[in-house]
Amino acid sequence: MRAVRYTKDHEWVRQDGDVATVGITDYAQSQLGDVVYVELPELGREVEQGKEAAIVESAKAASEVYAPVSGEVVAVNDNIVADPAKVNADAMGEGWFIKVRLKNPKELDGLMDEAAYQEFVGEQH
Amino acid sequence: MVPFAGYEMPVQYPAGIIAEHLHTRAQAGLFDVSHMGQIRLYGADAARALEALVPGDLQALTPQRMRYTLLLNEKGGIHDDLMVTRVAKEAGGGLMLVVNAGCKEADLAHLQARLDRAVTIEPQFERALLALQGPRAAAVLARFAPGVATMPFMSAAGVSIAGIACGVTRSGYTGEDGFEIAVAPEHAVALAERLLGEPEVMPIGLGARDTLRLEAGLCLYGHDIDETTTPVEAGLAWTVGKRRRAEGGFPGAAIILREFAEGVARKRVGIRPDGRAPAREGTVITDAGGTRIGTVTSGGFGLSVGAPVAMGYVDTAHNAEGSVLSLIVRDVPRPARVAPLPFIKTRYYRG
Repeated sequence: MRAVRYTKDHEWVRQDGDVATVGITDYAQSQLGDVVYVELPELGREVEQGKEAAIVESAKAASEVYAPVSGEVVAVNDNIVADPAKVNADAMGEGWFIKVRLKNPKELDGLMDEAAYQEFVGEQH
Repeated sequence: MVPFAGYEMPVQYPAGIIAEHLHTRAQAGLFDVSHMGQIRLYGADAARALEALVPGDLQALTPQRMRYTLLLNEKGGIHDDLMVTRVAKEAGGGLMLVVNAGCKEADLAHLQARLDRAVTIEPQFERALLALQGPRAAAVLARFAPGVATMPFMSAAGVSIAGIACGVTRSGYTGEDGFEIAVAPEHAVALAERLLGEPEVMPIGLGARDTLRLEAGLCLYGHDIDETTTPVEAGLAWTVGKRRRAEGGFPGAAIILREFAEGVARKRVGIRPDGRAPAREGTVITDAGGTRIGTVTSGGFGLSVGAPVAMGYVDTAHNAEGSVLSLIVRDVPRPARVAPLPFIKTRYYRG
């Protein structure tokens, strides 16, 4: 089982070799409410850790999704563009946003593991 | 829960905004709108007196009928929008006003400073207000009070619901048939629980209230209308009664009557983005050449329309239905068109 890492902005990232899959956390989707629109970056775009990579809009408001790691976008999940409700239904799985070819895998070391993230989310209440 | 006009208000209940919105359009939704301000005016001449502050023909209102109107400032801008009901003589006569939560203290001061002293002004800010909206609203409420089923649209009646004395109007702000129910605060929870106990009724939060009224093309004060927008610019010229147009005698009349004669530079319009990206309040509107021609004042995803919808003001050179606009969302111009309002087919009760 590959470890998942988390950001303070509530993105998750799962490394698989030199590629990492990125999405928003289940906590994030629950806070956003019903997702009605997703805007993903173009394939080939270079995203930078902590900078905007995608947009997710709920019935309430628009939010930025920040890249948890830097690198080239090698895949985007068109399914969540066609059916944004997938983000609510399965944020950690089928509701993934993009895959990034890691520029600097060490960036992952600075992110939270599951236990640290759960504690972080607990402090948000 | 979020702070809203001094109240803690639910943005959504556990069902979520989409389910709440669609349920209201399919069945019936219950909204707690007790934050809105109820103000009672007493006096035989209350309607005539209030006409000094609004452009509506209130003297033409027969007992137990209501009207949407506007408190205007001296420049013809909108101080607030409100519902005015002429109360039956047996119920004490005069008028009942329902004003926006965020404006109610200012409205009260406005009325106290300007209304003829023969009118007695009684704020009833403690009084609760529930809205039951949707195509099943009448069937639900008629189970408790059969007479409401045939109440005309924009009429009022004193009704007993489950033994609780209520002031009911057939009105609302969702584009659907429905009722607003004024009730003493000590009975509000019991009344809400009785209505929520009916199988068709779901509680609805502020989030869906906003998406429903936007699809219905209805203005939100402080966003689509404010002190700087006139009724003519806002597409609310219909609130200026025919007699009032001929006679004037309301704040800003000279400006508004001139606008009727000569037109205005900008108008509120409906907007349909071509793509899927919602354009939120504040979005800059340009023409095809990139020249700024307006601003979005309300926008989001039309949950019944199945596409983004918005309202905003554009220069009148671009306000014709079908005019092509650009919406600058996250620095990218996105094509959109001027569209007729409302975005959905309204289903007000027509008997």
